[in-house]
Amino acid sequence: MTDIAADVPVVDFDPFSDAFLTDPYDYHRQMRDAGPVVHIPRYGILAVARHAEVHAVLNDWQTFISSAGVGLANFRKEKPFRPPSLILEADPPQHTRSRTVLGRILSPKTVQQIRPHFQAEAEALIDRLLEKGTIDGVKELSEAYPLKVFPDAVGLTEEGRENLLAYGDMVFNAFGPNNQLLINAAKRVEPLTDWIMTNCQRRNLRPGGFGDQIYQAVESGELTEAEAPMLVRSFLSAGVDTTVNGIGNALWCLANHPDQWDKLHANPALARPAFEESLRFESSVQTFFRTASRDCELAGVPVRSDTKVLTFLASANRDPRHWENPDVFDIERRATGHMAFGSGIHGCVGQVVARLEGELILSTLARRVKRIEPLGPPVRRLNNTLRALASLPLKFHAA
Amino acid sequence: MPEVHLIQPDGRRVTLDVPVGTSIMQAAVSAGVTGIVAECGGSCMCATCHVYADEAALGKLPPMLPTEHEMLECTASERRPNSRLSCQVKMSEELAGLSFTLPESQ
Repeated sequence: MTDIAADVPVVDFDPFSDAFLTDPYDYHRQMRDAGPVVHIPRYGILAVARHAEVHAVLNDWQTFISSAGVGLANFRKEKPFRPPSLILEADPPQHTRSRTVLGRILSPKTVQQIRPHFQAEAEALIDRLLEKGTIDGVKELSEAYPLKVFPDAVGLTEEGRENLLAYGDMVFNAFGPNNQLLINAAKRVEPLTDWIMTNCQRRNLRPGGFGDQIYQAVESGELTEAEAPMLVRSFLSAGVDTTVNGIGNALWCLANHPDQWDKLHANPALARPAFEESLRFESSVQTFFRTASRDCELAGVPVRSDTKVLTFLASANRDPRHWENPDVFDIERRATGHMAFGSGIHGCVGQVVARLEGELILSTLARRVKRIEPLGPPVRRLNNTLRALASLPLKFHAA
Repeated sequence: MPEVHLIQPDGRRVTLDVPVGTSIMQAAVSAGVTGIVAECGGSCMCATCHVYADEAALGKLPPMLPTEHEMLECTASERRPNSRLSCQVKMSEELAGLSFTLPESQ
């Protein structure tokens, strides 16, 4: 543990406890109100929960580095549970190398090319669900859709794709402490690790897909042989469970706010801002850590080198210092500037694809569904980092 | 606080006071300038905060990272030699008084 100044406001709850993860918003408020920087002694860490400080930490990658891990573990002192990601858990210049290639593969230009396929799949899926009428919005929609379109785009085999859900669940649990959530997730994933790494190999990736394009960057000399499978792994760990929950949360927000659904149904062009607002309101990725690379000051608070700093993205997204009526879900709000994709050089490199998936599901629903009726409360899937749903019973009424 | 000028495609001019270290994009979005969309919020991921730097600004801008160079391939309006993403241009004393022109579309 590193020493933390005595006058930093202390919060004594556990942000990785079941109670916190089930309903984080009042805890977020308490942290924001306690001060710009708070101390969580249970883990010996500092945390920021206001928009200004979350933004400041994420945009100062020299001081608040990622190469020491973006979870609770400090890689300068502890061995990482898996070889560190070459993009998420890296600083420039390694980060820039990886980001340049991934940013090109996932660019707005690419998205124009994959859009027709993603659109057709959204329509086919929602037509099938409309025939059924009563569905589990998580299993049958928010998991089914990203599990189809994204691995298709990466060029992954059809078989065993559900392994990506368990893998993503474990990776995001692993940013937290070694609690029961992580222990259970790691147990589930252990037998699947070989499948993941095997499918990062070029021979198992469809030529021309996102995965294959990473290997093309090896041919052009931008990446090394060893880097390529590691970056394919980044697609598999970061590209599914995030959008699964982005879509699931959006579905729940809209089912739970029929007035907002009516606006979207009347004007499907609101699909994109509606998805953006759901990301703000119920952020898939709730938190990330950074590590102080040197003794510094954050909002007037002295921070010792090697201190872990937890950024509450989801809390920044509901900070009344930044947003008007932050606890109101309003799809006509300009939600730009939310922290759900992070910010700065580590801002989600797949966000253009994520927005495409969200927009297409919401616009297709808006056109074909008149009303989304919740058939019961959603069941949460607790995760140390993700705001996730296990099931969401719904009835779709056709337009 | 140093100023920069943003010039709309129709010639209208908006002058912004920008704190040193703040990106031109952030300043424009905070001031509600139309023509800067900045969907990704400044992560160099969406190419919707595209600007054309005026001649006088060119030599004074921060150097371009490879990520910005790639993303400029995705702009909705034509890429020109003076194209930049305004999220990647942080304000400095050197840029005081300079102008950026906004493209027709983002």
